[in-house]
This record gives sequence, C-alpha cells and structure tokens, in this order.
Amino acid sequence: MASSARLAPPRLALRGIGKRFGVTVANDGIDLTVAAGEIHALLGENGAGKSTLVKIIYGVQQPDEGEILWDGVPVTMGDPNAARALGIGMVFQHFSLFETLTVAENIALGLASREPIAALSGRIAATAARYGLAVDPGRPVHHLSVGERQRVEILRCLLQEPKLLIMDEPTSVLTPQEVEGLFAMLRRLAAEGCSVLYISHKLAEIQALCDDATVLRAGRVVAQCNPRTTSPSHMAEMMIGRALAAAPPRVQSAPGAAVLVAEGLSLPAEDPFGTALRAVSFMLRGGEILGIAGVAGNGQKALLAALTGERPAPRAEDVTLAGVPVGRKGAAARRRAGLAAVPEERLGRSAVAELSLTENALLTGTEGDFAAHGFVRFPLLRRFARGVIDTFKVVAAGEAATAGSLSGGNMQKFIIGREMGHAPKVLIAAHPTWGVDVGAAQAIHQALRDMAAGGVGVLIISEDLDEILSLCDRIAVLHGGVLSPAQAVGTVTIDEIGLLMGGMAHAA
Amino acid sequence: MDEVMIAALLVATLRAAAPLVLAGLGELVCERAGVLNLGVEGMMLVGAVVGFAATITTGSVWLGLVAAMLAGAAMAGVFAVLTLGLAANQVASGLALTIFGVGFSALFGAPYQGHPIPGLASVVFPDLSRAAPLVQQVLLIDPLVWLALAAPFVVARFLDRSRPGLILRAVGESHEVAHALGYKVLRIRTLATLFGGAMAGLGGAYLSLAYTPMWTENMVSGRGWIALALVVFSTWKPVMLALGAFLFGFVTIAGFQAEAWGIPLAPNLLATLPYLATILVLVLISRDTLRLKLNAPAALGKPFHPAG
Repeated sequence: MASSARLAPPRLALRGIGKRFGVTVANDGIDLTVAAGEIHALLGENGAGKSTLVKIIYGVQQPDEGEILWDGVPVTMGDPNAARALGIGMVFQHFSLFETLTVAENIALGLASREPIAALSGRIAATAARYGLAVDPGRPVHHLSVGERQRVEILRCLLQEPKLLIMDEPTSVLTPQEVEGLFAMLRRLAAEGCSVLYISHKLAEIQALCDDATVLRAGRVVAQCNPRTTSPSHMAEMMIGRALAAAPPRVQSAPGAAVLVAEGLSLPAEDPFGTALRAVSFMLRGGEILGIAGVAGNGQKALLAALTGERPAPRAEDVTLAGVPVGRKGAAARRRAGLAAVPEERLGRSAVAELSLTENALLTGTEGDFAAHGFVRFPLLRRFARGVIDTFKVVAAGEAATAGSLSGGNMQKFIIGREMGHAPKVLIAAHPTWGVDVGAAQAIHQALRDMAAGGVGVLIISEDLDEILSLCDRIAVLHGGVLSPAQAVGTVTIDEIGLLMGGMAHAA
Repeated sequence: MDEVMIAALLVATLRAAAPLVLAGLGELVCERAGVLNLGVEGMMLVGAVVGFAATITTGSVWLGLVAAMLAGAAMAGVFAVLTLGLAANQVASGLALTIFGVGFSALFGAPYQGHPIPGLASVVFPDLSRAAPLVQQVLLIDPLVWLALAAPFVVARFLDRSRPGLILRAVGESHEVAHALGYKVLRIRTLATLFGGAMAGLGGAYLSLAYTPMWTENMVSGRGWIALALVVFSTWKPVMLALGAFLFGFVTIAGFQAEAWGIPLAPNLLATLPYLATILVLVLISRDTLRLKLNAPAALGKPFHPAG
C-alpha cells in the first residue's frame, strides 16, 4: 500500500466496514486508506457498494461493523453534521440543492456557521474566484445549468475548508470542457493538501486524475492499484470480475427511407424548471442510429414527450412517422403507426413496479394479438414474456415476477426486448443504459445495433457522450431546446461536440 | 356616512378577519415545512370550545386563550404522530381530524351552549360601554386583532430572513436533501405542525371569546376551510394571506351593512358572499400558475421516511 510508507497517519482509514440491508450485504469487510493531499478513486459498478460506503463515511448511514479512523483517531460519524465538523465535504451525484432557494441560501444551509447571507455572499464570491467557479450568489438554483449547480455544490464544500472532499460520479452531467475545468480545480485542491475521494466507473478519467484506486465488487474490496500504471482493460476486468468481450464491428446497412422526421417542432416548457423546444428538425432513416447528445435539462424531456405523443405537437406536420403526419396524435396512435419508445424512467413510465412481467408486456402490446376482441390472451402473452426473458437473458424469477423485483439493468433489458418484440419501424430510447451495469449495457447496445441492422430507425437520447459516440452513426446536440444539425460521428471531434453541448458554437 | 360608521365598518372588518389570519398563518408555516394539515376547521372548533370552557371555569379569558392554543396544539400533535411518526396519509388524517373536531366540540360544548360571557374587548377595557362612540370603536380593536395585524409581518420576516425560517423552508422544499445535509426533518415538521395547531386554536378561541362571546355548535362555520384556501391562493405569502383575510372580513361586514340599509339580499346569498368573493378574487390574483408552482413547497404532503 502506497500510503503505509508515509509517516503521518492517513487522513482517512476504514477498517473492516460492513453494512447489511436485510439479507443484502452492501459492504463487507471494507478497508480503505486515503492519504492527505491524495486523489483516491473508488471504482466499481452500480450496486458494488460505493454509494453505501460513501454514505457511511459522510454519516448518512451507520456501519454495522468496523471502524473509521480520522488522522489516526477512531471516530463515530453519527450524522452528516459530525462528518462536516471533522472536515468532510461531499458533492452528491444527484444534487442536493433546493430549487427555489438562492445559491447563497443553499450554501448557508450546508454550513454550520450562522453568518448572515450578505456576509456569506462575499465569501462565496471570493472562494468562487479563487477556484474559477463562477456563479452568482443571488440567483435561484432553478435558473442554473447542471454544470453551475455542481459548482454550487462544490463551493458549499469548499467554504467549510474541507480536509476530505467526496465526489460521487461528478462528470456524468458535464460537457468535456467542464470536465477539464473540474479536474484542474481538484488538482489544485489536492496540491493545497485536501484529500479527494473520487467515485466513478469511467476508467479514462480515473487514469487522468487519480493517484490511487480501490476497486469494489459486490460489496468487497477486490483490488487496489495505481491507475496510472494499470491498463483500463485490466481495471475493467477487476471491476466486473471477468474479461469484457469487445463489441463486434458495426455492420453498416444502407440507409433506408426516412421513418421519423421532425420539422420545425416547437413546444413550450411544461413546468417552470423545464426547457421549451425551439424549431427542432431532424430526419431519421430506417437502419441508422441517430444520437441526440446534450447536458440534462436542455429539452430532452420535452423532445421525448413530443416524439412519443405524450404531449402532442402544435401542428400535425411537426412530426412525421413513416410518411404519415402524426404531430397531433396521441401515444397509442403513434404506437399503432410503428413507434416504440423506451423512456428514461423504467418504473413509472415504461413499466409498473407492482405488475408481473407478463402484465407489463401487455402494456404496449394491446393492439396486437394479445388482446383480441377485448380479452387478454394470457397464454400467448406469457409465451411472449418468456421469449423476451430468454432472448435477453433477463435475470428474473420467471414471467410472473413483478417488475419491481428486477434490478435496473434487467428491467431495462426486458423493456427493450418487449419493444423490439412489437416489430416497430422506429425505436426511441432515452438514456438506455442509465444506472445499468457494464454487462447489461453491452447487451442493450448490441440489441440496439441489431435492430438498426434489421432496418429499424433507432433514435438515442443520452447524456452519456461515450455511449452516443460508440453506438450511433450520426450525432446531433440539444442545447437550450435547439437541436444542432446532425453530423456523421466520424467527422466531428469531441471538442466540437463539447462546445455545442455548452451552447458556445454556432458553426456546424 | 359619518366617521363613527366608517370606523365601525373598518373595525368590524378587522375583527372578522382576525381568526382567518391567525389560523391561516399557522397553516402557512405548517405547509411551508411540507405538512398539509386539512384539520384546521376541527382544530379551530376545539380551540373555540376549550377556550370558552376554560374561561368560564377559571374566570380568566387569558387562561382561556392559553387553553385554546394548547388544545389546538394537542390536536395537531395527534396529527403529527399519525402523519409524521407513522407516515399515514396526510389528506385522510387531516379530514379525520376535522370530523373529530366537529363531533368532539359539539359533545364537549353542549353544557356551555348559549352561556353568555363578556367579550375580550370589554375584559381589556371594562368601561367600554360608557366610552364615546368613536373611542368605543377604537377600543374594540382588541389585543388579538393587533396580533393579527402584526403577525403576518413577523412570520414573513421569520420565513424569509431568519436561519430557522430558511431551514423550515428547506425542509418543505425537499426533505431528502435536508436530511442529507443533517437537518432533523421530522422534528422541524412536528414543531411547525404544533405551531399550526396552536394558531388554529387561537383563531377558534377568538370567535368564541371575542368576536361573538359565546359558544354555539359548529360556530367556526367553514372559516377553517377558508383559511386553508387562503394559504394556497396567497401562494404561501403571509402578507398576501392577511390581505385575503381582510377582504373576506370586509365582504362579510359589507353584506350585513347592505342588509341594514335595506338593500334586499337573500339571506343564503348573504351568507355565501364572503366565501365566494374571497375565492374569486384570490383565484384571479393567483392565476399565474408559474408563480404558484414556484412558491408551492415542493415536498408538500409527501411522507418522509428517514433511511437508517
């Protein structure tokens, strides 16, 4: 262990931390050491126990066993206030900000001191300038972009002069340029002596940023390594527990006829925190995969709703599906016309948690043979559900299992299989691999490629730029409700896409 | 119309509005913390009857007011145990609280029915009836009316400027985030609910001890529901809520006045008018759904289970 050579006790040391939820073991005998001024990566798949471990360090949850040493002294983190008092700051993956409150009010709530907002605003501005985190203390948070919100979170931590900063998957919502800025800030912080615990599953980032890495799998520490000298594929293997097969090269099929066309599609925002669509136009051909990139909150929700028919468009000709104007039609009519959709929220929009997989299969299949003459044909439906489970290797206790009992990745595989089973002309998938483990993500990507190879037009809306670049033929960027013209993936650089995502480029 | 009459009209307006302001502010604070308590009507009724009974038993109207606040808070305490402690549905529990309050106050108040007592204003100023007419009107502005005039500004300042107020708003905005930051969500919500109950009890007691100093069954007659409506239509702003309450008071008094002047009005219409006018005006003011959404506490009515 690199830190054992140092004379001073490590900033943070975990010894044999264990945590159970009922029969599920979230953490089991975890040892972790973070030295002062070190950027330490905590690496693992979804469900490997990273979040639980971090919550224990931050005092949100209590460990069942094991001890925590801070500067060599055993401590108990009864609640987040105790952790903050020691000098631990945390930037959450899902931002813990209050939408209607201002930046300064949000920061005040995270500080133990009772200084007045006016004095605090001055300190915020000073710290923001020092670390290059420009943000106006008086603005309400719901006016801020995702990147700005993260700056508020980081500022809230920095104002407490932390000795350990925990960052939970901080880059998943940032443009490539914002990621560079974040890394520069973290390096500066580490140089000043603050330790950073950096949680991620993005191996390239960890290699670029971190001094040391601890790999978790199924609640246990499986390895500790130096990310600068360990190859990403080896780290991936340690993380997943087996070698990852390389994706077969994409067989490019000749693009077919236009199957989904948006023409000057505009739609007002539905709620005060939403983004309106402004004259969105694109054309999706059969057999191709078109990716729509963009930072969350730039109109993705409105676009998905307008395309699926959840919110009808103002004019019929705004959306054309297989040559038929469907802009004014609802979701059911568009499904009948050959549209399939995989929304972002699995439970709630795609599936009903309390219903069985068989019943969930019926939800989008009411038009076909499954419900002839108004009666559900359960034997046929069960066979269909079983077919999806087998084809996509869905881990479930049979087709009678409830949707809520499946893990996120398995549920997503089932939903994509269900939609493919209806033989659509167009498939729209939003964040298809969000919160899905690496193995399942690979299976989902392969299924999407197979669909395109079969002549289906596939539209991917995703915040994960890596996903879009590896999967799609063409890419367009949504920013502030405006969609950039689509470009072939091979002809555009990451920098250009990053600028479009940040709304800073108009050339295309 | 002479100045005595104008003064009488204004004072009567303030007096009619005071119970709405008091109960409404309590509910407003409660809702800003994220708790929707539909039991305001029931808590006002229990406050009214307990305050009245305590005043007769002890002979002190002040002890009566304290008893009313404690009774309202006790009702709210039951609600807090159910909805915050046991995470029961807030809407159903609140409705049950009102139904319970209606029944309990009728039962408990039966012996006191029609028993006259001196009103709050004549307790504070025993020589009230011998004062000059104009002075008499001014003296009718009793301490609780003054409280109803000052409280909206105090509550607004507390919510918008103080640190506890900021924490309370934060809890109502997102209990998950507040919990993650280490705030005691359930404790803060319980305190806000108890405050709401005490204020509702005080508003109810104003009706039975000052406005019409006697107990009659179901005397709150829907004012608790109006207070609830005022909270929403004021978009959770204390001063707006007070203005809405004063409008309600004014229409109530103007209706009586119109009758006195011989303007023919059906009695049913007269009784409905204040409710109708208040709702109508407030709906028109709060038409802006954007503002309504921005000001509404985002976690309102949502149960919170702290994760172990």
